[in-house]
Amino acid sequence: MRIVILGAGPAGLYAGLLIKKAHPAHDITILERNPRDVTYGWGVVFSDRTLASFQRADYKSYERITSQFVIWDAIDTWYRGEKISCGGHVISSISRKALLGILQERCLELGVELRFGEEIGDLAQLSPHDLLIAADGINSIARKAYSQHFKPSIAPGKAKYIWLGAEKVLDAFTFIFCENEHGLFQAHAYPFSGTNSTFIVECDEASWLAAGLDQADEAASLAYCQKLLEPYLAGARLLSNNSKWISFPTLKTQRWHYNNLVLLGDAIHTAHFSIGSGTKLAMEDAIALANALEQHADLGSAFNAYELERKPVVETFQRAAAESQSYFEQLKRYLGLSPAQFTFNLLSRSGRVSYDDLRLRDGRFGELVDRRFWQERGAPSAPQIAPPPLFAPLALRKLTLRNRLVHAPRTLPPDRLEAGGASALLQAAQSGVGLLLTPPVGVTREGRITPDDLTFAEPEDMLAWETCIQQMHEQSPAKIGLQLNHAGRRGATKPHARGLDRPLREGAWPLVSASPLPYTPQSQPPKEMTRADMDTVRDAFARAALWAHLAEADMLQLDMAQGYLLASFLSPLSNQRADEYGGTLENRLRFPLEVFDAVRAIWPEDQPLSVSLTASDFAPGGITIEEAVLIARALKARGCDLIEVRAGWTVPDAEIPYRRGFLTQLSAHLRNEAGIPTMVGGYLTTTDEVNTILAGGRADLCILESL
Amino acid sequence: MRVGIGLPTVVPGMPGPLVVEWARRAEEQHFSSLGVLDRLAYQSYEPLLSLAAAASATNHLQLVTMVVIGPLRHTAMLAKMAASLDALSGGRLVLGLAVGARREDYLAAGVDYHTRGKRLAEQLATLRALWEEGGLSAHDSRESGPDLLVGGLSDQGFGRLARYADGYVHGGGPPRTFARAADKARAAWSDAGRPGKPQLWAQAYFALGEEAAEAGRRYLKDYYAFTGPFVERIAEGLLTTPQAIAQFLRGYEEAGCDEMVLLPTVPSLSQLDRLAEVLRGLGRLR
Repeated sequence: MRIVILGAGPAGLYAGLLIKKAHPAHDITILERNPRDVTYGWGVVFSDRTLASFQRADYKSYERITSQFVIWDAIDTWYRGEKISCGGHVISSISRKALLGILQERCLELGVELRFGEEIGDLAQLSPHDLLIAADGINSIARKAYSQHFKPSIAPGKAKYIWLGAEKVLDAFTFIFCENEHGLFQAHAYPFSGTNSTFIVECDEASWLAAGLDQADEAASLAYCQKLLEPYLAGARLLSNNSKWISFPTLKTQRWHYNNLVLLGDAIHTAHFSIGSGTKLAMEDAIALANALEQHADLGSAFNAYELERKPVVETFQRAAAESQSYFEQLKRYLGLSPAQFTFNLLSRSGRVSYDDLRLRDGRFGELVDRRFWQERGAPSAPQIAPPPLFAPLALRKLTLRNRLVHAPRTLPPDRLEAGGASALLQAAQSGVGLLLTPPVGVTREGRITPDDLTFAEPEDMLAWETCIQQMHEQSPAKIGLQLNHAGRRGATKPHARGLDRPLREGAWPLVSASPLPYTPQSQPPKEMTRADMDTVRDAFARAALWAHLAEADMLQLDMAQGYLLASFLSPLSNQRADEYGGTLENRLRFPLEVFDAVRAIWPEDQPLSVSLTASDFAPGGITIEEAVLIARALKARGCDLIEVRAGWTVPDAEIPYRRGFLTQLSAHLRNEAGIPTMVGGYLTTTDEVNTILAGGRADLCILESL
Repeated sequence: MRVGIGLPTVVPGMPGPLVVEWARRAEEQHFSSLGVLDRLAYQSYEPLLSLAAAASATNHLQLVTMVVIGPLRHTAMLAKMAASLDALSGGRLVLGLAVGARREDYLAAGVDYHTRGKRLAEQLATLRALWEEGGLSAHDSRESGPDLLVGGLSDQGFGRLARYADGYVHGGGPPRTFARAADKARAAWSDAGRPGKPQLWAQAYFALGEEAAEAGRRYLKDYYAFTGPFVERIAEGLLTTPQAIAQFLRGYEEAGCDEMVLLPTVPSLSQLDRLAEVLRGLGRLR
């Protein structure tokens, strides 16, 4: 078989040598645009798992690669002038030039023909071949020739970065975060030979423009970075090699092969450099393709097998890379975190490394994180050892929660409080949590979601709540948060055992909402609230707050989420009013804030008031996280102490990306942008998830699922 | 985890009388449920009719559709048929619904393919109401009708599941993909504030014995030809040995599956018996 390979990068060379090894009779030619020995880039990194696959695929090149390796174990993070180290991350790297040299040498040993300086402008120029392997990088001419078939999409990143080297020896992977008069810059640096290291310098566009780097040529850019990193370089020289500032392009491609053409590596997918997997993925592609060609008689089946094996792996890495990329793009959000929390947040950014993982990798780092967490939260003296973050108390005004766990049963058995309801709540309070949050409690009977809902609407509710809360205080150390709600247009529905939003046919009560829009096509149409209705509802919230205080609740939470009444004012999807309560955000906030103020005025000064808020409607035209940040800031300014982060449910067909911890990112965003403590659930079932959220500054309280 | 068996109504060469025979034997062998698939433009027996025939010969088996392609059917007719089947079987129906994956079924039914998701959402929103209060229930049917499962889900779909259904039915694949889907279903359920947990059902193809395995793979490659190269992966997933079945069931059980329905790929009672024997050996059948 005659095989032509485009591109003599790691993917092309490795594919060539592996196929030749399995089929010595094949005639394989690799065409490279650049002259021999011209290479861009400095070092490339591999994990130990990747090395194991190299070992199986071709032992000789594996041996030569590993003999030139730099291996390190630690990640150092420089932030606010402090260095925090975390060990146990076994990573190795090699200079790209050395890697290419080894692969070229192996190709020649096996009889693969290498031709350098061969610029191919058009696939028709190629000599006749049976198989064409395009490993010609992100600008692949083969992919472009059939782009209608391959359906590629390229998304440029928001940050700018430049790939530099340094004549410096490093003993760890090093993250450096530097703030200067132009903004924030970070360097991702790692050693790759006995003498040199890679330094990738990255910043957001604003910092880049402020520093005038859009106008800077290669020498000026180098000089700027040299000055920026001077304290860390200690006199070592930064080096450039045709280095330019670019935005990282993420390439995804729907199809991977066409007729007798198959794509590899960067020609078909890229993943942000911050997870260091580009070369690894490319070489693993080569292994998979060579195996598939060995196992399948016809090209079509081989290509299918190759694509089926690699696509899911590549997609997984692209997801992790996208998480990591967006982390670095939004880094400024986390500058309020202390060094330990910042470092923990950085190391757990991809969502694939947790608190328990890091503790296992480096116990000392784990202890540092625990100790700082307690110390920074007002522990009287720096403890020698500290329990994990979830056991740290949290002070909200004069209230102290004994730990960071919350139990929030969303429904109770369909009983009145005097009967089974109170004992279900008591049981929940006794589960070891710091805070028990009640299900939504209607502030009026018309504000109930279902006829079974608890209310705090009539004088006779008072006694039941007083008894219930007293009992919980006597028999458990948990503090009691009462969640006050008005269901709005999601009211008067059947009990939730067989589903939500199923309108009551008998015994229904009239509904009110910001606008007269039924929640689902089947729902009862609500009445648009008049000013008099608003007075009634505001007063009902205030009255319930007073009674809750008399009944000795420790905390109140106002429900402004889930598409209920107050939420219906906040979202433009449910609020289409033309008066001063609709339209702009300021207008949509007016009534919810009025209710908040009325409650805050009655609720004791030294007790915390919380709000449950929709951080994203997950629906076109709805509230976005950016708008939710503004709402949270407005609430904070009025004396709100805590936000419970929720999402979706404003309209019935929201696209909520359900998975474990699906609310965590929203919480991290809201907490750190609005500067307010948050409480988050989102299907958390393990202490590891909770500690990862707390230690990384993504929330202050976590709602654990009842198992 | 309970284990049920499929009724091979979509497997070519399935003789009509074997439907009732199969159901009777499944009950004798103490399977927990009998599951059916749904195809319109493919030689097969209609799922609800098949289950009605099965119901007449059995007393205990749960009768589960995994799934009925909801949008192909008029909602009121579907409501009536399901309520009737539920009543005639003494409350044994579990109605799994999804949009299905084949355009040709929609063409054959003269139903718009592009709005299938929206139509299923409407059906989910209205079926229970039609049973409870719309006068479309049957004599002697359960007040709220049969349990509803939803399959094949997008992000929106998991939200709908939590809002209207009683559980999730997984379309197949290795335990780890089920575990991810199960997490999504439980996350949506908890987010909705539904009491308890969603029911989690799953399915997998089996063929025991070398000859059957060969025939089973051939069938799957034909039945799933529309998935393109993915068909290979589906055929590879066929459970052909007791060891494969043991590990597969263990994986699903650990991921929280409530009921696994094993689907035959060869329409022969000996397959049912061999499976029952394997399951008894594993302590999974009485």
